[in-house]
Amino acid sequence: MNTLAEVFAAARAERRGVLVGYLPAGPGADEAFAAMVAAGVDAVEVGLPYSDPVLDGPVIQEAVDRALAAGTSPTDVLRTVEGVARAGVPVLVMTYWNPIERYGPARWAADLAAAGGAGLITPDLPPEEAGPWLAAAEEHRLDPVFLVAPSSTDARVARIAGLCRGFVYATAVMGVTGARRETSAVAPGLVARVRAVTDTPVGVGLGVSTGDQAAEVAGYADAVIVGSAFVRTVLDSGAAGAGKLAAELAEGVRRPLPRPVPAAAPPAAPGLDGI
Amino acid sequence: MTAEALPDASGHFGRFGGRFVPEALIAALDELSEAYASARRDPGWTAELDRLLRTYVGRPTPLTDAARLTAHAGGARILLKREDLAHTGSHKLNNALGQALLARRMGKTRVIAETGAGQHGVATATACAYLGLDCVVYMGEEDTVRQALNVARMRMLGATVVPVTTGTRTLKDAITEAMRDWVTNVDSTHYVIGSVMGPHPFPMLVRDFQRVIGDEARQQVQELVGRLPDAVTACVGGGSNAMGIFSAFVPDATVDLVGYEAGGLGVEGALHAATIAAGSPGVLHGMRTFLLQDPDGQTLSTASISAGLDYPGVGPEHAWLHDTGRATYRSVTDGQAMDALKLLAHTEGILCAIETAHAVHGAVELARELGPDKVVLVCLSGRGDKDMDTAARWFGLLDPAPGR
Repeated sequence: MNTLAEVFAAARAERRGVLVGYLPAGPGADEAFAAMVAAGVDAVEVGLPYSDPVLDGPVIQEAVDRALAAGTSPTDVLRTVEGVARAGVPVLVMTYWNPIERYGPARWAADLAAAGGAGLITPDLPPEEAGPWLAAAEEHRLDPVFLVAPSSTDARVARIAGLCRGFVYATAVMGVTGARRETSAVAPGLVARVRAVTDTPVGVGLGVSTGDQAAEVAGYADAVIVGSAFVRTVLDSGAAGAGKLAAELAEGVRRPLPRPVPAAAPPAAPGLDGI
Repeated sequence: MTAEALPDASGHFGRFGGRFVPEALIAALDELSEAYASARRDPGWTAELDRLLRTYVGRPTPLTDAARLTAHAGGARILLKREDLAHTGSHKLNNALGQALLARRMGKTRVIAETGAGQHGVATATACAYLGLDCVVYMGEEDTVRQALNVARMRMLGATVVPVTTGTRTLKDAITEAMRDWVTNVDSTHYVIGSVMGPHPFPMLVRDFQRVIGDEARQQVQELVGRLPDAVTACVGGGSNAMGIFSAFVPDATVDLVGYEAGGLGVEGALHAATIAAGSPGVLHGMRTFLLQDPDGQTLSTASISAGLDYPGVGPEHAWLHDTGRATYRSVTDGQAMDALKLLAHTEGILCAIETAHAVHGAVELARELGPDKVVLVCLSGRGDKDMDTAARWFGLLDPAPGR
């Protein structure tokens, strides 16, 4: 199995972006992940379904509600991780903090590593509260991934980027998850601010749903993270739809691009574009 | 207002509190912390808040000597701190007005709030109307039905009320939805959290704005009986009226602090909202505190006849007061609260909110335990107009329609 670092290095050599696909664990997720990986998704985020997802929009909430109604548990999440990892791509779990606090950060790190997981993305765990998790992650060689936002100060960007392993997750817009018609105007500036303080790759998420958008984001970021669009597609048309969307996005991150270097970072003011 | 020892600089009350929120909100929380610190140092700002508490909210609220309730209980003397007589009918305006003034100071033009029983929503809508701010209130769909009067009040005050249809359709989901709005519109918008909960600095900020209840009551009780009370009681959902009245008495070691949680149909079953009695530490809505959660850390649904106490978490400072033993928390069932609602109405001519009735039941019980010569202070947090529909059904008060 490849590590996140290897996947980013290979994509860089091919002068293309890394495609990361997200789905919450639950009924149908394993088949959909298999189709996504077969169609060119480079790394996978498995969502741990949680009752109060404050950063998620209606699409992911709907999928998560279904998964919870079907009884999807953290143990099921680990089983899904195991299955996807066997396909040879790095697998991260994306989760709100309380289920991990409840499971126990040390036990979770051990079990996630044993399942072949590569890391954990924690959207509501700020670095100030992350001590126990960082220690557990280091012990089990898992990549901790934290989020930076357009509203983050430069000092916070530096602090958060310094704690991230694998990649830094840049949220492209101020808002909850969900597909948007236009890509973010503030994301390139945020990516530039991250690059100024770290060599760790930068992934951009929130709002990408088409090959064209993926191509545009791959023009300035190392990874394109797609969540709600996959979730919507799986809700509507199952694994086959997910495979088709993955193929379109995989083509997008491979388009030759002029790769414009973002000049002076645009104003860091949080924008509301595309919401 | 005096400087408080807790929370610490990072917003912790011992192992509780903190900030568990998406990174996008951290800048807004820092901005709020700074604005609050600077406002507290600004004599002009604190003078304006004091003036409005006096001339608009109607403070100080009176202390009522509940002689007939005391006689009925047959124990300690029961005193009522009358927050039900504040403008809008509850203690909620103390905080909503303070936060709306802060929003204006920060240059925010739009205010959002969550509400359970609707009292905080009404208070926020009121403060926004008074200060000329746009107001959107998120309310669980189930609560919009059982507290329809307050929905109408908020709309009359010019607020937009958004019924929340996700999850359990109660207070918890209204908070989740308000946090989503805030993440999206944080530039223009201040989120007026209605209780001593959420990420730092909210638990501290709301406590400080509500502390006026305890400061007034502490002086009023001493004037009336010549000493401090033996116990101070209040109902606890998120716990803002309780924290407001407790905080003035925390240093007084002789004063027992007792909070009453919603016991629903009984804490031994699944249908209640007794977070401290039956919960365990966890993280929800930006704070570490006691939660009602399942073994996987999923939030459990709660049940209480009072929409305002129907919440699976509790303010982190209450969790800390419980941990340290400084305060104790008991639960009161729906039936006990409804009986207390009727008892207070019959003995004192006061129709309180069903939330408040939990504290009234607790105070009567406590007065009997303590015996005569003792003094129990109750925070009478709100009036009960909004609950008359529920009470009428519970007690069968309405005559059948004519001709049937």
